[in-house]
Amino acid sequence: MALTPDDVARLAGLARIDLSDAELAHLAPQLDVILESVARVTEVANADVPATSHALPLVNVFRQDVVTPSLPVESVLAMAPHAEDNRFAVPRILGEEA
Amino acid sequence: MTDELMDYDDALALYDPVLGLEVHVELNTNSKMFCGCSTEFGAEPNTQTCPVCLGLPGSLPVVNGKAVESAMRIGLALGCEIAEWCRFARKNYFYPDMTKDFQTSQYDEPIAFDGSVTIEVDGVPYEIPIERAHMEEDAGKLLHVGGATGRIQGAEYSLIDYNRAGVPLIEIVTKPVRGTGYNAPEVAKAYVSFLRDMLRSLGVSDVRMEQGSLRCDANVSLMPKGTHELGTRTETKNVNSLRSISEALRYEIRRQAAILASGGRIIQETRHWHEDGGYTSPGRNKEQAEDYRYFPEPDLVPIAPSREWVEQLRGTLPEMPSVRTKRLQEVWGFTDREFGDILAGSALDLVEATVEAGASPAGARKWWVTELARRANEAGLELSELAITPAQVAALQKLVDAGTINDKLARQVIDGVLAGEGEPDEVVRSRGLAVVSDSGALEAAVDRAIAADPDAAQKIRDGKVQAAGALIGAVMKEMRGQADAAAVRALVLHRLS
Repeated sequence: MALTPDDVARLAGLARIDLSDAELAHLAPQLDVILESVARVTEVANADVPATSHALPLVNVFRQDVVTPSLPVESVLAMAPHAEDNRFAVPRILGEEA
Repeated sequence: MTDELMDYDDALALYDPVLGLEVHVELNTNSKMFCGCSTEFGAEPNTQTCPVCLGLPGSLPVVNGKAVESAMRIGLALGCEIAEWCRFARKNYFYPDMTKDFQTSQYDEPIAFDGSVTIEVDGVPYEIPIERAHMEEDAGKLLHVGGATGRIQGAEYSLIDYNRAGVPLIEIVTKPVRGTGYNAPEVAKAYVSFLRDMLRSLGVSDVRMEQGSLRCDANVSLMPKGTHELGTRTETKNVNSLRSISEALRYEIRRQAAILASGGRIIQETRHWHEDGGYTSPGRNKEQAEDYRYFPEPDLVPIAPSREWVEQLRGTLPEMPSVRTKRLQEVWGFTDREFGDILAGSALDLVEATVEAGASPAGARKWWVTELARRANEAGLELSELAITPAQVAALQKLVDAGTINDKLARQVIDGVLAGEGEPDEVVRSRGLAVVSDSGALEAAVDRAIAADPDAAQKIRDGKVQAAGALIGAVMKEMRGQADAAAVRALVLHRLS
């Protein structure tokens, strides 16, 4: 079940990365190697070994529902490529409802 | 709008609608889901953001404990199981409403699942099975500018306010709701109305549809009658009022029926409801579920509510609104119609508070659903926005019960209270509205009326009691309405007996 350039093209599309056909062909076998390496973990982990999503055995870490200061709006908008009326301005996504 | 539509009755003769409702509720916590930014509605744009809700590198989210508690109480009120262990997940997508390029949500491990609620439409009960209620965060708000209205001719762009990004959100999802038939649009509306009342009584959300703190996505598909396989569904968004829910569903049922009947296929898509025109149009193509590439959120540890915590929260659940209305109708002894007037007029809380303040249920009902409802209507206000309190209405009714004023004078007392002239008894004093109880003055007025209309007096002496009306009217006129008509009648009859 080797990855095809088409699979990579689809992943690249989801990640919004623009790749040429040559790059897709180049990357497909490399991603294959990564997948195969990770797959080898399943060979040593039996069914009784639960998947680990968190390194620390902690649960229920909560904060109090208390308001803390936000960033000044000027420093927030300084990060925006463009701003207008105190809002971030971005190109409109095509096909979106007004 | 160019959609072919089938007549609704014809559509329902051929197809059974199956509903699926997704309701998003913004919680009314003080701070956001994963950071301490304020959730206050209506603040200046981008003044309620921080490195966490803007997704800046190195920032770390921490879960708002109050939001988890609210989520669990909602789950319990929906009759759901509460997960013993669950996680947050990242839902990856590129859209400028989230700077992180993912939404922190729950995927296959919702905090609450497998519930059910029962709602009623025209007295018929419908069970709505609940698939899940999960925690997530709201996204920023986009304002689309452009074309003819933009500052740059022809330029089209979007302006974003991230104040809403990260506000705690609970998504409540039903299982497919079958068997609602002709009433499907009304069942959907009644369900959302039920949720709104329930969430309000839980005190977990402002549930204001017009401000977006309660939003509904309405899914519907059609099955040819007599078959059992689910059809292809559409999801209609931007349904921002209770009325829109039933109207949007009615439209989609008619549109889908026309396509299916002409041999066409329904495209699974998101559609957009246009409230003004009363139609739906195709929206953004829905990415397939797997395209979101969900994975467990590594920055947030799992949530494992102890069973003690769950039971403690169960103990805090208020009486559910549907149970409460049944109880109050019974206690107050109203007919369905009398009680229906109270519900239709959104007067239940006010009538209850008025009864608690000492008025009889009938008295409390009378003022709120007639006189006060009329005045609210004239002023374009909600009943609860009138400048009169349940305690004042109760005091008014007590003045009537005590014979100090009659109903007609009570209306003038209401004028005074609404005009800010003080408590009912103060208005009675300052406007001189009390019924004349000075028997000497009344007797003198009765004698004058008898003398002025000897014909009527003679008829009464002859036993024609109905003739008393003319004399009572004359007395009431002389007393400028400030007399107890029953007392006047008794006096007239006594004098002429």
